[in-house]
Amino acid sequence: MKENPTLHTKSPVSQLNRGLIYQGGALMLSLLFVAVIILLTGESPLHVVSALVDGAFGTPDQFARVFATLTPLVLCASGLIYTFTAGLYNLGVEGQIVIGAIASTLAIRVLQGQLPPPLVIAVSILAGTLGGVLWGLLAGALKVYGNISEIFAGLGLNFVAQGLAIYLIFGPWKRPGIASMSGTEPFDDAFALGRFGQTDAAPVALAIAVIVLVATIVIMRNTHFGLRLKAVGQNPRAAFILGMPSTRLLLSSFLVCGAFAGMAGSLQVVGLFHRLIPSISSNLGFLALLVVMLISFNAVWIAPVAFFFSALNVGSLQLPMALRMESSLSGVIQGMLVLFALLARGFSERNRKTRS
Amino acid sequence: MNIQLTHIYKRFGAVQANDDVSLDVEAGTIHGLLGENGAGKSTLVKMLSGFITRDSGEILLDGKSISVKTPADGIRSGVGMLHQDPLDFPPMSVLDNFINGRPGRLFIDRRSAVKEFKAIAEQFNFVIDTEEQVGLLTMGERQQLEIVRLLSLGVRTLILDEPTTGISASQKTALFAALKKLAKQGKSIIFVSHKLEDVEELCNNVTVMRAGKVVGSSAIPCATSKLVGMMFGRELATPVKPATSRTDTAIKIEGLTIGDDRMDVRVNDLSIKRGEVIGLAGLEGSGQRLFLLTCAGVLRPFAGKLMVNADGRLAEMTGKSYHQFQKAGVGYLPADRLREGLIWGLTIQEHVVLRTPSDGLFVNREASHSVAETAIKTFNIRGKTDTRVGQLSGGNQQRTQLALLPTPLNLVLMEHPTRGLDIESTIWVWQQLIMRCQGGTSIIFASSDLDEIVQYSDRVIVFSGGKVSEPIATAVLTASKLGEMIGGKFIGASAS
Repeated sequence: MKENPTLHTKSPVSQLNRGLIYQGGALMLSLLFVAVIILLTGESPLHVVSALVDGAFGTPDQFARVFATLTPLVLCASGLIYTFTAGLYNLGVEGQIVIGAIASTLAIRVLQGQLPPPLVIAVSILAGTLGGVLWGLLAGALKVYGNISEIFAGLGLNFVAQGLAIYLIFGPWKRPGIASMSGTEPFDDAFALGRFGQTDAAPVALAIAVIVLVATIVIMRNTHFGLRLKAVGQNPRAAFILGMPSTRLLLSSFLVCGAFAGMAGSLQVVGLFHRLIPSISSNLGFLALLVVMLISFNAVWIAPVAFFFSALNVGSLQLPMALRMESSLSGVIQGMLVLFALLARGFSERNRKTRS
Repeated sequence: MNIQLTHIYKRFGAVQANDDVSLDVEAGTIHGLLGENGAGKSTLVKMLSGFITRDSGEILLDGKSISVKTPADGIRSGVGMLHQDPLDFPPMSVLDNFINGRPGRLFIDRRSAVKEFKAIAEQFNFVIDTEEQVGLLTMGERQQLEIVRLLSLGVRTLILDEPTTGISASQKTALFAALKKLAKQGKSIIFVSHKLEDVEELCNNVTVMRAGKVVGSSAIPCATSKLVGMMFGRELATPVKPATSRTDTAIKIEGLTIGDDRMDVRVNDLSIKRGEVIGLAGLEGSGQRLFLLTCAGVLRPFAGKLMVNADGRLAEMTGKSYHQFQKAGVGYLPADRLREGLIWGLTIQEHVVLRTPSDGLFVNREASHSVAETAIKTFNIRGKTDTRVGQLSGGNQQRTQLALLPTPLNLVLMEHPTRGLDIESTIWVWQQLIMRCQGGTSIIFASSDLDEIVQYSDRVIVFSGGKVSEPIATAVLTASKLGEMIGGKFIGASAS
């Protein structure tokens, strides 16, 4: 019925309601599903919930760790908003974190002792950002000029980045005497970002994440750049015909995402681990992909969802001790949430199509 | 098969698309379903064939009430539908398309499928190579394939939705002959169209719909004015393009060679005056689109020169980018509005923002809102500033595309500017375009509607299988001459 002269608009309220009903239903279903899994393992879901809450917020240390996880998650999720809006599945975000961490480590190794420590930290974060930009643009160039799907380009580059990190840790940058999975030699405390007391949370890192998040929300809502990314993401051909510089926009989205992921990798080094370790990304890039898919690419929801996921991740570390359960339960919960949310969106979409 | 639809209702959101519609079609007749775009014709036949489900009402086939929920249900009860845009698989071969959707066992019996295909195709003098890739067929051939496929599935009622849009005159003749033959065999045909002359030529009976309701029906022949009256409730006048008076050149072409992997097209020297309208006639896929895309700067020519009059002097544009063409005042309006021209999920206002050159980082909402409001008012778009263009009807999408064209422009390039539009919208679109011409804009447009070409062009260029005619003044052009040229007989015209 595309030829109908009158509009097929439904009142926005009813559309919103239906979306909410579906999303709410998805949430209930996924929780129900998780509860069943917990019951099957012979535990009570209520016990698990209280153990999770206790694990995440029980002590100031644990609470701080939630924020330490939240920082890179928010950065990567903010970056992914740009690529998803441009219609790109930037699975290379993991590799961009790793390269950011490597570049950041390199900067400290080269500059320590030559510049005042605060300056070294600043340059290190900048270097990490640039590293991420480089890795993001590489995936983008493969996509735009090489016609390689950004999914495969990204996954391939992830392996390269991870390989490079391990090579450095076990090769040129190995600890004096013995190379080990525990990473490179830790830096002097002077090159670590300040923290809240003795906890894992670094206020500067958190502030950077907040600034990036707010900027992302504003850019997506109010700028020409945000609107053009949307246009290219929804219909590259029509965007081109309407006069958008499609290639440049696609590359910029990779650039921005790479920058934020690289920044996240850098903060993992200077803010949390103080050295390069093999699992420097802690799979937070993939977790950020889940966050962004769960919120249908709407940046406003990054903060609450990322916070929830961080709390879940940190809280679940307590499960083996408190209830002798696997800590991977948090992964199950997150996976279920996203899967059911996507399903709900699919159903809602299908329903909309069959109605019109 | 006798078909009775009684008291059918269907609502899409706020729109009552079918409002108590009843229709009787006798076996062995061709029944026309006539009406403007959006009258509810397609909705009605889609419910009969199972593509959408009705809200209420009854469908009786040979007196038996049936429920059709899917197209497969429809075919099982003997109803097959030919869609406006063919529902086939362009990358697959004709034979594979024919086999798909047939009830079958584990293994495919290609040989008997070929035999069956040929047997049916021969009955109607359809000539299609079973090994050809469907994407390379013309619109008309794809239609023929679909008809053969549906008949092989035992369909006894055939619905055709706007089948004469986008096919050549000879294919239309073949189609009409086939439909008449099918009716003689006792099959019932429902012919959905907004073209009066097609209905008058082909159908035995006609039912006219307007705004979701049946407004009348009649046996054919019947007076044209009566049908027009039913369709619109009033008479319509076509706008007339005044003769071009300017003498300065808008675009100049010197020996252009263009092409894609299928064909090469050579266009001889050509110069178009400001305010002039050039119609490109020919079967679809004969090179018109390539020519338009080249003039727009989207496609680069292999050889030759292209000059555009920007700011009063001819500027060489060969090899320049699409963006530089846009800067030189060249506008391009694609035929496929939602695939190439507009972005489904963005609103009218957002399109306005995308089109305006941005000064500064932030979007100026108030300014773009008022620009969008003015555009909606002047272009009579039935939508609001925050309406997504995907929710607009085809006619309103075309109005939006026109509204988004910058002013002033030196050259407008269009493919099928009024395809799929009802007569009222068509007239309106051309009024706008003629106004632009009077302001000095030149237009080059391709259309498969010969009447449209003869009506509005100053000169016509005919494309036929890669050959391009010299431009012919419309004043000395006759319909029969145009028809011959489209068929490839160029009299006194250069062949490449």
